[in-house]
This record gives sequence, structure tokens and C-alpha cells, in this order.
Amino acid sequence: MPQTSAAVASKSNRVHLTRSDLIFDICVYIILGIFSLIVAYPLYFVVTASISDPVAINSGQTLLLPKGVNLDTYRAIFNEKRIWTGYRNTIIYTLLGTALSLFCKIPAGYALSRKDLPGAGIIMKLMVFTMYFSGGLIPTYLVVKGLGLVNKPAVMVILGCVSVYDIIITRSFFVSNIPQEMLEAAHLDGCSNLHFFTSIVIPLSGAIIAVIALYSAVGYWNGFFNALIYLSKQEYFPLQLIIRDLLLVSQAMASSTDGDPHAVQAALRLAETMKYGIIIVCSVPMLILYPFIQRFFVKGVMIGGIKG
Amino acid sequence: MKDSSTAIPTSADVPPRRKRVNPTVKLLKRNWDLYLLLLPALLYIVILHYVPLYGVQIAFRDYNPWDGILGSPWVGLENFKRFFSSAQFWSLLGNTMALSVYSLIASFPIPIVFALLLNQCASKKFGKATQMISYMPHFISVVVLVGIINVMFQARGGLVNILLSRLLGFQDPILFLSHSKYFRHLYVWSGVWQNTGWSSIIYIASLSSVSPEIHEAAIVDGASKLQRIRYVDFPSILPTAVILFIMNMGKFLSVGFEKVYLMQNDANLQVSEIISTYTYKIGILSAQYSYSSAVGLFNNVINFTLLMVVNRISGKITGSSLW
Repeated sequence: MPQTSAAVASKSNRVHLTRSDLIFDICVYIILGIFSLIVAYPLYFVVTASISDPVAINSGQTLLLPKGVNLDTYRAIFNEKRIWTGYRNTIIYTLLGTALSLFCKIPAGYALSRKDLPGAGIIMKLMVFTMYFSGGLIPTYLVVKGLGLVNKPAVMVILGCVSVYDIIITRSFFVSNIPQEMLEAAHLDGCSNLHFFTSIVIPLSGAIIAVIALYSAVGYWNGFFNALIYLSKQEYFPLQLIIRDLLLVSQAMASSTDGDPHAVQAALRLAETMKYGIIIVCSVPMLILYPFIQRFFVKGVMIGGIKG
Repeated sequence: MKDSSTAIPTSADVPPRRKRVNPTVKLLKRNWDLYLLLLPALLYIVILHYVPLYGVQIAFRDYNPWDGILGSPWVGLENFKRFFSSAQFWSLLGNTMALSVYSLIASFPIPIVFALLLNQCASKKFGKATQMISYMPHFISVVVLVGIINVMFQARGGLVNILLSRLLGFQDPILFLSHSKYFRHLYVWSGVWQNTGWSSIIYIASLSSVSPEIHEAAIVDGASKLQRIRYVDFPSILPTAVILFIMNMGKFLSVGFEKVYLMQNDANLQVSEIISTYTYKIGILSAQYSYSSAVGLFNNVINFTLLMVVNRISGKITGSSLW
């Protein structure tokens, strides 16, 4: 119906919003606003609670601003030796693990992006298959045990250093970012593939290296499963396993002060606020880095999204 | 390309100096070093994914470490029979499926709605800020997430109970954590809280690639905003949604072990014991290797079958499939 659409066109070409559209816009703002509040407020509450007086938290006086500001919580947390050990271990695992991840994922992604690599298709299929079918917990455990890695810190670095998903992202990046002509020119000049990779490809792939490094680092930093399964020595525990003990299996701390009921009460209260503090302490590195790194994560999703 | 390819080669032009080299062999010769680049990742995949696949046969044996995999006696489907006839079988399967279906229903459409709304947001700044906030929880570790759930929902001093009594006048705190009926809701909605923003990125990306001309044409035709969402935006993200749905189906029975395990307590165990936590307990904690492997294998086979079926159906109906 060309005539009706033309008539409507002349009406709505004016910048005026129709009333239903205006209502719609307002609804969009309200829904998004509420959504942001639901996401952000609990995090904000944790921050204010961690520096507030326990009694004030319990009576709901810290909903908007902290009350009875003190740093007892943090003092108590930093006196907890296990947190420091956990921090140190996690930092080591994360640094080494990220380096190893890059060493495995980036070259593999590049090799698989080459159409002239015989067998690339089959290798890719074999890799993707592992995303959907695995031997399961026990068969994997037996292999790791067979390698002599159980209760060795190395297990925390090695396990998880290859993720097929990351390799797919890397491959997509190289397919669309390294022009075929460049490779042909390099080959004509007698440049080997390895040389081409190290001196041409790597300098052009800062973006994907950043994305993969951050994906891996967050994975190692937040990793909990492998430590639970393969480590039993406290001294090797990463931060996540330590804070799991402190956050979810706590109460142990309070019982250390025996005798005086007042002291016990105070210790119990402190144990409560410590939970807030611990949440903050182990998220701090992420919270600080978050504004700077989030665009890389988004970029990673985009690159991955191309392939679906 | 050499220009000889354009000329028609006659037998006189091309002297039969060499036998024609198989092109694959030629590529192998030139590109052998690419396999070196692939080696670390390939080694990992083979050792930590394919060797365990070989080891899966202990599910059909009565494994003991002294005799090794091949030395342990073959028992056929004994371990599976034991699992299927065990008292826990139906409750494990039911709990796993309930969590999985509930998660899928809640956490699949919400990011789509969020992305559609965000895309309609008139103010760029507001949209950007909302988006940035929405990603934040994604980077929180499972341990911390469960810690947050616990402090938010605890009976004494928990934010939710404070708000309930302050705003809605509830007299007694609700014991969210020690009542099994709340477990599934807590599990699913904390997941929505954590992942909605992150899961929406992919939709936002495909929405932004919709050509503005289509929207302009729709405006000219007098389409309201809701109609434009329905007829322009929604169809443009449908293929992505289908692919993600299929991938989710592949994880149907592999509800995340970590979060469930961390959220478990004695009070909610009857609804929170799922296949993966059970596999862990019988396998790692009580070292019944063969039985645990059988349970795990059952889980994986169901997942993989579902993935294949959904993928096939989707390929037929919508034309989008994983491979």
C-alpha cells in the first residue's frame, strides 16, 4: 500500500515522537535503571559493610552509607597468614599460567588459520570434539595422577593452559587480520613460516594477545576446581580455596579466642564483617583493572562471535 | 602466479623432468614448521583429553590401581546397572534436570531482552554506563559469588532480609539458606545476576550491525518502536540465538559443578545433589573410580546426544547449526 505509507511518512518525518514511542522510551530507561541498580547495589553494599560497625550492619543502618567506619576487618584479614600465602600462590599461578597459555594458544591459533596446512580441518574437528565430549572427572584425574602432578603446584599452571574456545577465537582473528598476500610475499622472499610468525604475525597481533592473556589470567585467578581436586597441601592452595574456607566454612576463627564471653562475641561479630572484607580483598585486583580491561573482553567476544 | 598457467601446456613445453609431486606432500615440505607451532596445544589436547577418553573404559571394568586399566577385570555394564538401580538415581537426574531447565528458561531470554532494550536506549551515555555495570559481576569468581549470596541472604544482617523487614515490614527473617525450597531460585537468579550483561554482548554486537536504512524504512512505514524491535531487531539476532541455544543444549546435564558444590549445605542437599557433585564425591572423596566414571560417562553421553539431536533439528528448521 504505497499511498498509506507515504502519508505516514510525511507525518513521522517530523522529529516528534509518537506518544506510544515516548512511553516506550521512558519504560526503557526505567527498566535499564532498575537493572543497573540490581547489579551494582549488592556490590556497593558489600563495600560499605566491610568498613562498617557489625552492629550497624545488622540493624540495617548501612544501606546507603557506611556507619561507624573502621578498618578492623581489614586489619584482621591482613593478619591472617593464609590469605597472604593464597595471594602469593595465585599470583604465581596466574603469571606462569598466562604465559604458558599464550605459548600454547597463539601459535596453535595461527597454524590452524593457515589454509595450506594439511590436516588443519581434521585437527580442528578433533579439538572441537573435546569441547563437547570429555572422559569425565575420574579418567582425567587418573591421567593427571599418572603424570605425577597430583599435589604439585605445577598442576595449577598446566591444567587449563589450552582452551579450544580461545584457540578458535585466535584462529578467527588471524584468518581475518593477516592478509594472504603478505604471506605470499614473505614466501617469495624465502621467509620460513616460523620466521614469518615471529617477526610479522606476532607484531600485528597485539589485540588478540591482550584478549587471550586476559581471558587466561581471569581463568587462573578465579580458578577453584583444579585446586579442589588436585591439591591437598595447604601451602600450595590458591586464594580461591583459602577464601572458600574463610567465607563458606568459617566460624573457626571466632573460636580461637576462648574464655571471655565479650571477646567471643566481638570475635564472632568480626568474623561476620570479615566476610565482606574478604570478598573485597580478593576481588580488588579485578575491580581496579576492570575499567581498563573490559573493552578487551568485549573485543574477544566479538572476534569469537564471527565464527559463532 | 606464474604466467605459464595461462598458456596451454603441451607435452613439448613441459619437459618430464620430475614426477608430478603430490600437492599435499609439497605443502608438507613447505609447512612442516607450522606443526611445531601446533605442537604444545596438540600435546595438551591429546594427553589431557584423548588419553582420558581411552581411560573411560574403566567405567566398564572393576578398576583398581595395582592392576592398571587393562589389567582390571571387565564387568560390562555392571556399574551402570548399579547406578540406574540405586536409590539416588532418579533424584540425581531430577535435580540436575530441574536446575538445568530452570537455568535455561531464565538465563537464555533475559540477555536477549536486555540487548534489545539497550539497543533502543536513546541516550548513548546511559546505555554505555548500563552496559559497563552489567558486565561487572561476570569477573567475580564462583567462590566470591557464593560468598556474596551467603552474606546477602543470611538470616541475621543479610541485605535481603533487612530490606524485606524495612520496606515490606516482614516480621521474621526468611531462612533462605537453610531451606531447600529456595536453593534453585538462588542458584538460577544469582546466575542471571552474574551473566546477563556478559551474555548480551554478542546480541548487542549483532544488533549494531543492522543497517540503519532498514530502521529508517520502518520508521517511514510508520512502525512503532515495539514493532521495529519485533520485525527488524529480533530477526537479526535470531541466528545467533539459535546457535547459542544449541551450545547450551550441549551442556544440558553438566550444570556447573563449582557453584552447586559451593552452595551445598546439609539443609539443601536433597535438591542440590546433582550428577556432577555426586561424581566428585564418590570418585575423588570415596575413590570408587569405576562407578564414578560410569556415572560421569552416562552424563556425557546424554549431553552429547542432546547436542547432536538439537543441532540436527535446528539445521533442518532454521538453517543454523554448529557444523
